[in-house]
Amino acid sequence: MLNVSIYRYNPEVDSEPYMQDFKVDTQGKDVMVLDVLEKLKTEDPTLTFRRSCREGVCGSDGVNISGKNGLACITPLSEAVKGNKLVIRPLPGLPVIRDLVIDMSQFYAQYEKIQPYMINNNPAPAIERLQSPEERAKLDGLYECILCACCSTACPSFWWNPDKFIGPSGLLQAYRFLADSRDTATEERLANLDDPFSVFRCHGIMNCVQVCPKGLNPTKAIGHIRSMLIRSAT
Amino acid sequence: MANIRTMSFDAVIVGGGGSGMRAALQLAQSGYKTAVITKVFPTRSHTVSAQGGITCAIASDDPNDQWQWHMYDTIKGSDYIGDQEAIEYMCQTGPEAIFELEHMGLPFSRTEEGRIYQRPFGGQSKDFGNGGQAARTCAAADRTGHALLHTLYQGNLKNETTFLNEWYAVDIVKNADNAVVGVVAINIETGETVYVKSKATVFATGGAGRIYASTTNAHICTGDGVGMALRAGFPVQDIEMWQFHPTGIHGAGTLVTEGCRGEGGYLINKDGERFMERYAPNAKDLAGRDVVARSMVLEILEGRGCGPDGDHVYLKLDHLGEETLNAKLPGILELSRTFAHADPVKEPIPVVPTCHYMMGGIPTNVDGQALTIDKDGNDQVIEGFYACGEAACVSVHGANRLGGNSLLDLVVFGRASGMFIEKQLREGINLKDASEADIEAAMVGLNRINTSEGGEKASVLRAELQTIMQNYFGVFRRGDFMKEGIEKLNALRPRIENVVLEDKSNAFNTARIEALELQNLFATAEATAISAEGRTESRGAHAREDFQERDDENWLCHSVYFPESKTLGKRGVNFTLKTREAFEPKIRTY
Repeated sequence: MLNVSIYRYNPEVDSEPYMQDFKVDTQGKDVMVLDVLEKLKTEDPTLTFRRSCREGVCGSDGVNISGKNGLACITPLSEAVKGNKLVIRPLPGLPVIRDLVIDMSQFYAQYEKIQPYMINNNPAPAIERLQSPEERAKLDGLYECILCACCSTACPSFWWNPDKFIGPSGLLQAYRFLADSRDTATEERLANLDDPFSVFRCHGIMNCVQVCPKGLNPTKAIGHIRSMLIRSAT
Repeated sequence: MANIRTMSFDAVIVGGGGSGMRAALQLAQSGYKTAVITKVFPTRSHTVSAQGGITCAIASDDPNDQWQWHMYDTIKGSDYIGDQEAIEYMCQTGPEAIFELEHMGLPFSRTEEGRIYQRPFGGQSKDFGNGGQAARTCAAADRTGHALLHTLYQGNLKNETTFLNEWYAVDIVKNADNAVVGVVAINIETGETVYVKSKATVFATGGAGRIYASTTNAHICTGDGVGMALRAGFPVQDIEMWQFHPTGIHGAGTLVTEGCRGEGGYLINKDGERFMERYAPNAKDLAGRDVVARSMVLEILEGRGCGPDGDHVYLKLDHLGEETLNAKLPGILELSRTFAHADPVKEPIPVVPTCHYMMGGIPTNVDGQALTIDKDGNDQVIEGFYACGEAACVSVHGANRLGGNSLLDLVVFGRASGMFIEKQLREGINLKDASEADIEAAMVGLNRINTSEGGEKASVLRAELQTIMQNYFGVFRRGDFMKEGIEKLNALRPRIENVVLEDKSNAFNTARIEALELQNLFATAEATAISAEGRTESRGAHAREDFQERDDENWLCHSVYFPESKTLGKRGVNFTLKTREAFEPKIRTY
């Protein structure tokens, strides 16, 4: 029997959060953490978490698993269980709504701040805008972000300044548009990021890289933005 | 009782996936007060899971490609019950809709010329089936759905669409004229129930693959739109037509794109034989999905399946080489390593046909207007009500959808619905206000769940429902079996109506949402079962052992399921093309 400890908080019932212990029979199978949550929810329907695709592409079920942020649906028990114990908490640093569900408003607000859409005011051609495979390759490792917030909620700079520091996820997306040969708003985008907090609160500790379930590297993207900011200042 | 807050909009879109956000974008750009009600944050919608691409004749791979060839393929693929007028509109308008997405920033993969990369997919041909395999599916690696959905969300942010994220639509509000004037919805975070009033209500609620035990579909694909429409007394069309995707990962159900076979992968049985050569000598592994799925099941039934239980076959990719796999199918490598514990670079992926797509849905015209059928068999527009995407049956997929056509469908008809509603709003829409009683009528189901006592848990009932559908209404169907399945559903109905919600709390109560979703799953399943039993022929995805032939004399038509009488009617297929004469039904071979 696997020992599972889960963060519980229902604002209508609980005066404060607590950890609840469960025992789960996984029949020795190396199932995913989400499978364990689903099984527990059939027994205790009050257990609350987000989930959708169950295959690591929608970004709903980011949680803190035995101390590390990740997606419950693609984290197997073999990676998550330590000493026959699995500990599941909400992603840290953002307000908890209920159990494992956090309020992601600040995270989304930072995303919106970077103008996460193509800006190109030149008249569009009758077909697609051309882009070479090499130019397109610059978007690899950037466009795949699923907005799960595992990275930003693993980042101490984001914990301290969630209102002013864009955070790794938002900055990865900022660079996704800066790196796109079709986007023409480079100067405007850099000007929007040019303050002491938006980018420069990143201290390069690379927690984001360590936890990203898609294997992306926000720190590298932030480095590129820094270089662009410094270049544009000189 | 109906003492709830009202929020008013010009247009409300239920569903934040591809079709919903494309419709919303159109309306937001026009300046009308538009809201999207979505039960998950928009980029968590199931469109995100689409992999291989979006099929469209943009003439990149082949400069001589023609949208008419795509039209022919789609009509043939539909086994001739796709509406030709709608298919013509989709294939002709498609390139414009694709280029718009590209201009919006969608990061398509590219050719050396800098154009959008296109790959071969199943059922594609050049020159009306005479010119060999086409490569017509526009791709962003194998993450096209992700790229598309995020681009649409970004476009909506740019145009300041109002999103009611993590809100759940419960039921349709109808006025005294039986017109749709909005929905009752719950704000999941707070539990507040609101009447969302609208001049135009668009259902873009996606599919319902979760009626089956084994599905590629996300947990959220619970047929909410179909369930709400049926409860409002509106019919659904061709709902017996469910696509089983040939390559779901054995055991996990997660999708492996047809693009794998497009890039040169193929299926093998336990003897290592490339068995599709026997079933479809020309198209082989790129035959229609219905054909490939049935061939796989026959291999398994005849003892040539793989694994200790012989219950799956293998998809072989290793001969393509690591470099190609990394460049073209990176997401598949991830999924296979995670869910099949197989590295496609070195070993084949265990796959099995898995429920994937609902070809049927709410019948609509090409403008997205939802339809019902009057006593004389004529189409009647339901005022105020629209549908697009998988929830709708416009019908461009007929009895079998071609790979890559779902993304095109949702973009083209999301856009078409938006444009048509925009025009109607400009001309003025006058619908009678809902009365207190009208709003209360839309709250009956919710109130029942909120006051439930003593019933069974949603999770238990849902699992039973999924098992019945899997066992009695799968890839191959038989009349006596299906009758037994319907009996089992009849026995399950009162138990599902009586589902208990023990936790009546308000804050982010997902148990309440699951109890409501269960009602929609059941409504969709029941409509599927009755329609499947009623269509006494084999066509496209609907394969009956007791009626093995296509019966054009009696069934070259849509089935229409009426919820109040639980009976099946028929509706003519559209054979009127604007640009040429119609394609007459032929025997379908690949």
